[in-house]
Amino acid sequence: MRVTQGCFSFLPDLTDEQISRQVQYCLGKGWAVNIEFTDDPHPRNNLWEMWGLPMFDLRDAAGVLMELNECRKVYGDRYIRMSAFDSSHGWESLRLSFIVNRPKEEPGFRLERHEVAGRNIQYTTKCYAVDRPEGGRYGAQ
Amino acid sequence: MIAQGGSPAANEAPPTEQVDLRREFNEVGIGEVLDQLDRELIGLKPVKTRIREIASLLLIERIRKRMHLTSEIPTLHMSFTGNPGTGKTTVALRIAGILHRLGFVRRGQVVSVTRDELVGQYIGHTAPKTKEILKKAMGGVLFIDEAYYLHRPDNERDYGQEAIEILLQVMESQREDLVVILAGYGDRMEKFFASNPGFRSRIAHHIDFPDYSDGELLSIAELMLHDMNYKFSPEARSAFVRYIELRKTQPLFSNARSIRNALDRMRLRQANRLVADLDRVLTADDIMSLEASDVLASRVFIKGVIE
Repeated sequence: MRVTQGCFSFLPDLTDEQISRQVQYCLGKGWAVNIEFTDDPHPRNNLWEMWGLPMFDLRDAAGVLMELNECRKVYGDRYIRMSAFDSSHGWESLRLSFIVNRPKEEPGFRLERHEVAGRNIQYTTKCYAVDRPEGGRYGAQ
Repeated sequence: MIAQGGSPAANEAPPTEQVDLRREFNEVGIGEVLDQLDRELIGLKPVKTRIREIASLLLIERIRKRMHLTSEIPTLHMSFTGNPGTGKTTVALRIAGILHRLGFVRRGQVVSVTRDELVGQYIGHTAPKTKEILKKAMGGVLFIDEAYYLHRPDNERDYGQEAIEILLQVMESQREDLVVILAGYGDRMEKFFASNPGFRSRIAHHIDFPDYSDGELLSIAELMLHDMNYKFSPEARSAFVRYIELRKTQPLFSNARSIRNALDRMRLRQANRLVADLDRVLTADDIMSLEASDVLASRVFIKGVIE
């Protein structure tokens, strides 16, 4: 099941050219671009791990792409996303985020039903991949 | 039937057949930048000639690209050698402007760094630091001042070598994203290149900055004063001519930079002289002119007398 999170996730995967154009848009707006990765793509997992520091004061997307390629070399089997942070007063938060890398196989999520008092049901989504230990969830081993 | 001249790229976008060179020249507006260079930078004849040559080459290269005669990006990395204060940084800024107008760098910013900003203090500190700077310089010009400090021959384990390796790699693989300009004093740069042959071969343009002559230094001083809305009185001017002669013979003379510092000190003395007489009514002319006494009070003259 294809994970759809952030912008552009219902489109076909962005090419490097397209990623670079999007990043350039962010830089043009003065946002700091971050690269984040995870192997736990649960929709409520907001805190992905960061690849390096947020990239402030960049003028050109080539620098971000360079980092992205480094990150892909190491964590190419995980989800990688770009996020753009707007530090201007009143915003001080993320303005844009999109996935730039995903594992080859995406096993998807299962829905768990908990029956609780009074025939009520509580639902939980769980990623199949997360059953395996961190680092070996996609592909490896 | 007459055989047509072979057209190598027939199936791509139609190549431009003919170009109006003058229009092309005006369109990119480098004429303006070059004229500005001539106007605002005094002397430096060989440098200006070289920059003109590079600009022409790039203009032609741009047209060749449109005619599908080339697809290679020319190597633009440069090395500026010359004594302190000969205008290396100033010229680097202009070069960035020229490259930007011709479309060989995308943004045209100049990131000026020295060893401190590239080399870390402990193991594993250098690579991220160097990369950080490289990322900031992407799409523009990276100006490395006193580049020979990157290499410390006396210390095998110096982290400078790591920075050099990363730089070389990026200079080679991302030529379209970044132009690197190395600068430093002639003899030490020579040694630096000798011990890092990789650098020499990756740099296409070696430009040597000559020292300024006395006359040029005087014109520089007058230009600086003009920009700051000051001027020499005739006596002060002739005193300053002597000042330049004397200053040049003294150690630690760094061309235009020494001149700027001298001017700053003269402004200080002038202000002091004016404030000394509080009951005077000053005209704009008084405030603007530097008198001979402001120049002659310099240490340089005292030493000159003693020697």
